[in-house]
Amino acid sequence: MTAPHESSPATTADDPVALSPTGVAGETPGPPGELGGSDPGLPLPADLPAPEALVEKMLQAYPSKVARRRRQHLKANDPESPPPIQANSRTVPGIITQRGCCYAGCKGVVLGPVPDIVHLVHGPVGCSYYSWLTRRNQNRPAEGIANYGAYCFTTDLTEEEIIFGGEKKLAAAIREAYELFHPRAIAVFSTCPVGLIGDDVHAVARAMRKELDVNVFGFSCEGYKGVSQSAGHHIANNGLFTHVVGTEEPEGPYTGHPFRINVLGEYNIGGDAFVIDDLLERCGIELVATFSGNTNYGELAQAHTADLNVVMCHRSINYMAEMMEEKYGIPWLKINFLGAEATAKSLRRIAHFFGDADLIARVEAVIAQETAMIAAEREEIRSRCEGKLVMLYVGGSRAHHYQQLFADIGMPAVSAGYEFAHRDDYEGREVIGSIRVDADTRNIEELTVEPDPVRHQPRRTSQELAALHAKGLTTHDYDGMMRDMASGALIIDDISHHELQTLIEAYSPALVCSGIKDKYVVEKMGVPCKQLHNYDYGGPYAGFSGALTFYREIDRMLDLQVYRYVRPPWVDEPLDVPG
Amino acid sequence: MTALPGQAPSDGIRGDTGAPGGTAAGGKKAGTGKKAGTGKDGRPVSTTNACRMCMPLGACLAFAGVEGTVPILHGGQGCATYIRRYLISHFNEPLDIGSSSFDESATVFGGEADLAQGIHNLVTAYGPQVVGVATTCLAETIGEDVPQILTRIRRGDAHLPEIIGVSTPSYAGTHADGYQAAVTAVVEALAGDEPGDGVTLLPGIVSPADLRHLHELAGAFGVPATVVPDFSDSLDGPIAAEHPRLRPGGTPLHGLARCGGNIAAVTLGGLAAPGVANAGELLHERFGIEHHRLPLPIGIRLTDDLVHVLTLAFGHGPAPWVEAERGRLVDAYVDGHKYLSGRRAVVYGDEDLVVGIAAFLSEIGIRPVACASGGRSGNLRSALRTAAPELADLEDLQVVEDADFERIDALTRETAPDLLVGHSKGYPTARALGIPLIRIGLPIHDRLGGQRLQHLGYRGAQRLFDQIVNTLIEREQSSSPVGYAYM
Repeated sequence: MTAPHESSPATTADDPVALSPTGVAGETPGPPGELGGSDPGLPLPADLPAPEALVEKMLQAYPSKVARRRRQHLKANDPESPPPIQANSRTVPGIITQRGCCYAGCKGVVLGPVPDIVHLVHGPVGCSYYSWLTRRNQNRPAEGIANYGAYCFTTDLTEEEIIFGGEKKLAAAIREAYELFHPRAIAVFSTCPVGLIGDDVHAVARAMRKELDVNVFGFSCEGYKGVSQSAGHHIANNGLFTHVVGTEEPEGPYTGHPFRINVLGEYNIGGDAFVIDDLLERCGIELVATFSGNTNYGELAQAHTADLNVVMCHRSINYMAEMMEEKYGIPWLKINFLGAEATAKSLRRIAHFFGDADLIARVEAVIAQETAMIAAEREEIRSRCEGKLVMLYVGGSRAHHYQQLFADIGMPAVSAGYEFAHRDDYEGREVIGSIRVDADTRNIEELTVEPDPVRHQPRRTSQELAALHAKGLTTHDYDGMMRDMASGALIIDDISHHELQTLIEAYSPALVCSGIKDKYVVEKMGVPCKQLHNYDYGGPYAGFSGALTFYREIDRMLDLQVYRYVRPPWVDEPLDVPG
Repeated sequence: MTALPGQAPSDGIRGDTGAPGGTAAGGKKAGTGKKAGTGKDGRPVSTTNACRMCMPLGACLAFAGVEGTVPILHGGQGCATYIRRYLISHFNEPLDIGSSSFDESATVFGGEADLAQGIHNLVTAYGPQVVGVATTCLAETIGEDVPQILTRIRRGDAHLPEIIGVSTPSYAGTHADGYQAAVTAVVEALAGDEPGDGVTLLPGIVSPADLRHLHELAGAFGVPATVVPDFSDSLDGPIAAEHPRLRPGGTPLHGLARCGGNIAAVTLGGLAAPGVANAGELLHERFGIEHHRLPLPIGIRLTDDLVHVLTLAFGHGPAPWVEAERGRLVDAYVDGHKYLSGRRAVVYGDEDLVVGIAAFLSEIGIRPVACASGGRSGNLRSALRTAAPELADLEDLQVVEDADFERIDALTRETAPDLLVGHSKGYPTARALGIPLIRIGLPIHDRLGGQRLQHLGYRGAQRLFDQIVNTLIEREQSSSPVGYAYM
């Protein structure tokens, strides 16, 4: 595998790319369509089974009460007017779900990638073991930055401690971790029994912070909270915001560089963040922190000094974007670096947000250079893949983002859905006000955030924001997946095993995108399955070079010849037995 | 094959700076086993890089080896998801595990209704013959009386299939304990004494390839064996034109019905925490069936023990191929001895496997210098002594239960062995110290085919033997200044 920066013509910020003839400084921004709005999904073939009939077929297997509930999660798409879909509600017990738990979202997704925080799991042994490097977040820590990523620390509670309490053991474990590493921070994650036996991890964290004089903070992310890992994302955002962001100030003035941004919701699976970091650097955009792939504690602590937050995974990190805007006055912009077209558009959105002619020109030059690099092979692969159908059931953003990579090579999404997203990730943020708050959601703390008396400094006035919005650069907004998908595509929230099998039989897609739990079911059915949680240990797929890697990977998978051998030849034509 | 994160300079990852044995930049040198211990005897109270998984994982694995069975975990849905993703990454096979999807209110009011609904939904969608219910920390911590709950659920719906419950909170034991507990629960619920003329084999956690071989080996006495559990098909299945919702394979229910009426039962391995009942003993007590406890049949001696027991039970010896395989293995031992004699190895993993492998290594001339497991049976040392009496005389053999990889890493540094023998989690140590890792057991997630690794029988020993010899030869060959093509 070649690192992306090695395969692409490397240019660094010290060596800014020359302006291409089209990237003339001072050129007025392109038409709004290039900067905002929805990208209508590729149209679907006319001869597909009707989505309504498929919904009925899927529901047949369920008891009537379950069928009534599930029906609300299965919708035929209308990009003009997204149908209301039930999401982020409790999984029906016993239907085999892809969903994980609150702890997985907090420790596994959001905090886990930060290399120089010691992540200590307070609970019995399994929870720490199963999140031990399994998400394949990568890190290239800067000089002097520690990486504890290969470690899996747990208090490993035993029966006796479940009965008599685990606080003493937790305190001792924190001391041990401190003695071992002298880290800048120690984060404590609670698993199911911890909340039930009444251990106060926050009190222990406070006491240890005082004793050790190092930042120790706890997360009440017991697995039973909320309805999926989504609750854990929220709890992680709250904790990071409270205990880390804004706790350090840079040595110089933080307006030193004109274009300073944070990338939120990028976890560096398969090295995506490496590609993004490189692209931003070549465009002359300074990255303060990434939440939370290939970053470090110090960067997160100074994240409040950025002038713009760009959001990759809206679901897992929008809370942070909102809270930072409220407290520090930093606007946020939804972007997507998955897909060549999507990456170009995202870079343009950032450049036009700052509105600097040189920056815009530099970004156009980078886009031109990168587009040229991948164009020929992309077209060649597109000629083989065009029109083949894909289904994506994964994550809280990936099912949307990856459709744009497939669109690059002409593959429409016939059906898609999220594992743990909310209605706004399907229908757009405008529905947030109308989402019914149920008991599971109510139990997750909403922080009340006030503008910081000293550090709140609106990066753009409301007039400036209005002018940006007029150009399609709508800040703090996300249109959701449905507007970017074809009419009649089937949207499935929190897909069950049974539904997945029914849909594969009905659509015979060329490819399914999901995670490891479904991968082998799909492949047993004769359809290749691309894992989008861990990329099948491949990647990176972000940016232009990553997109090319992805096209090649899809091309390879669609060309897989092995399935021809599934049926032995003698089954259809019995061999002649002599005599 | 791409390596794991933190382990591959080829893809530009520098993530291994924190690996055991590496230096965590900005921190102290780590992984030297000098972790400040604040517990008893100066040992750490916390676990760093565990060498055990949780009880419900083992229970799900066992249930996956019973015909027509779908496991369901009573607890939060994360447990089912994590366990599925973990086992699937080893077997590269689908594995369905349901969940009662406990929510916050269920932690207060109890999860009975959720479990009832979960079982009902599983039964409707999958049509299983058996539902295996394993508990989690969550259900046990709030004190759910699962046996009572299951009785009420069964009473509430006469059409439900067999439901088997087992108590498996992670804090009470390891995956190996959960596995044994579930096997015993299955036997308790389904074993009958319909007359059989074969044997009942009850192996600890082994691979699908091993399970297939146990059938073959016991079948060499002329009568098919009942192997409980048996996930050789359900977790190593072919791609077929048909894709049934319920995975085929598993110990047949009609086989279970006669496992108390067979001519003998043999537990293979079965080391477990105190209090975890043994299925073979249960069969003996309930049906009076002759029961033997043997270590896992790894290597000549331990396979001989099994063949001997089977010969006595059947009253005659096995088919000639068994002796032929054994003979070829002895022959190979002679051929390979010069490469192995005096070499030293650190063995880690499940207790059953550690015992069998250590005895095998000792038999081929490799001296085990440390045997470590995350298990806590309290019997690892005595089981080693029973399996390979000569190990009792090795004063410098360190036997460590309740070990984590911080400890195993330290043991390896201290003993500087020629080989590490264990699963994928030992790779960072092997890499840091430049010691070859012979992969055995579970989990194997940095190589393809963990489910096809055969350890058992003369044939499994033959495979292991060749792999070990060739690993050592290759090491010598590639580090030699001369390009020897004969070794």
